Amino acid sequence: MISYILPEFLVLRDENRCIQCEVCVRQCANDVHYLDTKDGKVKSDDAKCVNCQRCVTFCPTHALTIIQNPQEFKANANWTKKAITEVQRQAETGAVLLTGMGNPEAYTVYWDKLVLNASQVTNPSIDPLREPMELKTYLGRKPDMLEFDKDGKLLTKLTPQLVLNAPIMFSAMSFGSVSLNTCESLARAATELGIYYNTGEGGLHSSLYRYGKNTIAQVASGRFGVNPDYLNAAAALEIKIGQGAKPGIGGHLPGEKVKAEVAATRMIPEGSDAISPAPHHDIYSIEDLRQLIYALKEATDYTKPVSVKIAAVNNVAAIASGIARAGADIIAIDGFRGGTGAAPLRIRDNVGIPIEMAIAAVDTRLKEEGIRHQVSLVAAGSIRNSADIVKAIALGADAVYIATSALIAIGCHMCQKCNTGKCNWGIATQDPQLVKRLNPNIGARRLVNLITAWEHEIKEILGGMGINSIESLRGNREMLRGVGLTQKELDILGIKAAGE
Amino acid sequence: MLRENYERVPSGCAISGAMDRSGQRFSGSDIIQSIAMMRERSNGLGGGFAAYGIYPEYEDHYAFHMFYNDEPAREAGERFLNEHFNIAEAGPIPTKKVRSIANEPMIWRYFAQPKEEKLSSSGLHPDEFVVQCVINLNKKVDGAFVVSSGKNMGAFKGVGYPEDIGEFYQLYNYSGYIWTAHGRFPTNTPGWWGGAHPFTLLDLSVVHNGELSSYGSNRRYLNEFGYECTMQTDTEVVAYLFDLFTRRQGMPIDVACKIMAPPMWDEIERMPEDEKAFYTALRMVYGKALLNGPFSIIVAFKNGMIALNDRIKLRSLVAAEKGDMLYVASEESAIIEICPNPDKIWAPKAGEPVIGMLEGVRV
Repeated sequence: MISYILPEFLVLRDENRCIQCEVCVRQCANDVHYLDTKDGKVKSDDAKCVNCQRCVTFCPTHALTIIQNPQEFKANANWTKKAITEVQRQAETGAVLLTGMGNPEAYTVYWDKLVLNASQVTNPSIDPLREPMELKTYLGRKPDMLEFDKDGKLLTKLTPQLVLNAPIMFSAMSFGSVSLNTCESLARAATELGIYYNTGEGGLHSSLYRYGKNTIAQVASGRFGVNPDYLNAAAALEIKIGQGAKPGIGGHLPGEKVKAEVAATRMIPEGSDAISPAPHHDIYSIEDLRQLIYALKEATDYTKPVSVKIAAVNNVAAIASGIARAGADIIAIDGFRGGTGAAPLRIRDNVGIPIEMAIAAVDTRLKEEGIRHQVSLVAAGSIRNSADIVKAIALGADAVYIATSALIAIGCHMCQKCNTGKCNWGIATQDPQLVKRLNPNIGARRLVNLITAWEHEIKEILGGMGINSIESLRGNREMLRGVGLTQKELDILGIKAAGE
Repeated sequence: MLRENYERVPSGCAISGAMDRSGQRFSGSDIIQSIAMMRERSNGLGGGFAAYGIYPEYEDHYAFHMFYNDEPAREAGERFLNEHFNIAEAGPIPTKKVRSIANEPMIWRYFAQPKEEKLSSSGLHPDEFVVQCVINLNKKVDGAFVVSSGKNMGAFKGVGYPEDIGEFYQLYNYSGYIWTAHGRFPTNTPGWWGGAHPFTLLDLSVVHNGELSSYGSNRRYLNEFGYECTMQTDTEVVAYLFDLFTRRQGMPIDVACKIMAPPMWDEIERMPEDEKAFYTALRMVYGKALLNGPFSIIVAFKNGMIALNDRIKLRSLVAAEKGDMLYVASEESAIIEICPNPDKIWAPKAGEPVIGMLEGVRV
């Protein structure tokens, strides 16, 4: 069958600059570039290009540019190029469209409709270069009150907590969907930063146990790699109910990525697809969730907080309230722009709600029920920069999970082809030649740099607000104003319009 | 423009407090003189006083100080009070015409005790019963406002310079063992008498200089425990937090202060293990009750008086002692004006509460 699909990108090679060194040939796992032995020139097959820009970055003479294929269909506001191409692709394969990373569609990004406050005259701004500025964050269950004896000595015993030097964690990315060097970069950076990274649902590679103090171990519906050692190695456990990129379905790891190490870590046969069931088959209702939460607590002797991660969906506030009452210590909510290693495109682009709305709704609901102070709330699903973090916390989050921005920090160029396993940056791949391209020392350094930079920015923003401790930003929606939002949207976000 | 209780108004201010820890009562003229010394710090748009020990003849009765906008509001307010309380005495609070004071509401006072049948049907402690009544009165009776509701104490406030308000209420005719005062510099012209300080709840009164940048977090935290912040003032938040911690949760008052102005994490890090665990727990559990931004406050209650600064001292606060007397004020001059030779005078450190308790009463 002849494919009707036109190349998505064109590879432009400046012949005056190209020195036929073949770096691009060696760098491209998609076999875009090749040496034409007839004329000794390096050439490209545009159709194979995914625009990951590995060749562009490594070309010593800057001879390469990748552009969007300018070829257009007859103008049609309904049948766009994307819509037509997707039909063509499915007609050729008979398959569900698979993709990677987060929802790229042009939904409103509410972060960009929120503006922040600063102090003027009546309240001095605080200078983080000269005054202490505190970002330390504790996640875990808190009692309603502390009790003291007659001499003011503390009587209350607190349950285990996670302590973070900044309200930022690396979100779940499984070994399998990403490379071991990616996991190691995240683990080392989390350790150095005094924060946490999440294993995702792929278990914990034996070489990573030493980072257990800064590890959150995930338990998902496939139970891949779950055993007592795994649970006890981590600082906290997380039950993954759902993921923002694909609410309602389980994780997908194509068999191509299940090499020996991945297979051993996940405790599955090499080469087999690792498809997690859509639900946990021991959780068909909220009371079942309670049993799993307590099963995990029992298995780890009540030494670790248990988080429950859900995708942001219509009834997220009520669901979160149920999770809090089921005994979770932390609730992680993943918005519909959250990334993934592999998801059906239709699900990724159409299911779920924005994290901004979800976090505001959950915080308000838990507050109204008088239980907000008992649990910690983590916002995930496309946190792009420090301002997004400040806004998420002002809307009510205790901390955020980041994943896509962490991957960008270590080389991801957002080509959205994680599911193919041919990641030229050594991230979403298990090909040993490609994995080697990501040096965990450099990966960790870049992650530490990113978070350190964000910490500086958060401190600067807090100081401007006249706040010197992150807890005074939590749920402090007075610090937010909306621009260009409807009254309904403002009401859900619980904020005023700019000028009010 | 919304009336002030619907909109938040930042203010700068002067505060002053004086207490005789032996319980000896003294007249209100000192505190008027003290706050007048700091006239520069107010702009004539709010002044007020809280006085403790002023109603010994009714010390078992809740003393309601009320503002009414008009006669119908007074009738409605009294209907509410009569329904819930046995009133031993009622009448207008004596005031004197002062040229600079205008547009005063009707100002009334009632000495009352909860009706036995109302108490038993509600199942509430009398204090909680009064709190609920105050909240309902303020919310449901249009044009009525409860200025104070504690036993053997009262708040006197209004729109004007504090010394003129003191003259208006003739506070030199009262004597008490604790006096606090407030001069206000709001950033717009609210003109609503209820918006002046002190803010009170039962016998707890707060005068406050500053603006809370943590207001939004504090308010949401209080919401969870059933406090509705209807006044939209920072001061209300401070009063409710003290009420939550000391009355409802029974916490020692110095611990409550440490929640509102806790040590920095790096300081906690250097503490001995016990202390470290104590402060870590406080900050973990009560983080949203931390008061951020600049403030100096004086909180008074029947057994004592506390002055507290924010934890990086963004507002001035000075304290002094002479014998049984404890003084606190925004400026040293306001103390020296009424106590020229104190035994000791100092600037309390950021976040370090100055606590004055009546003799024989534990913190």
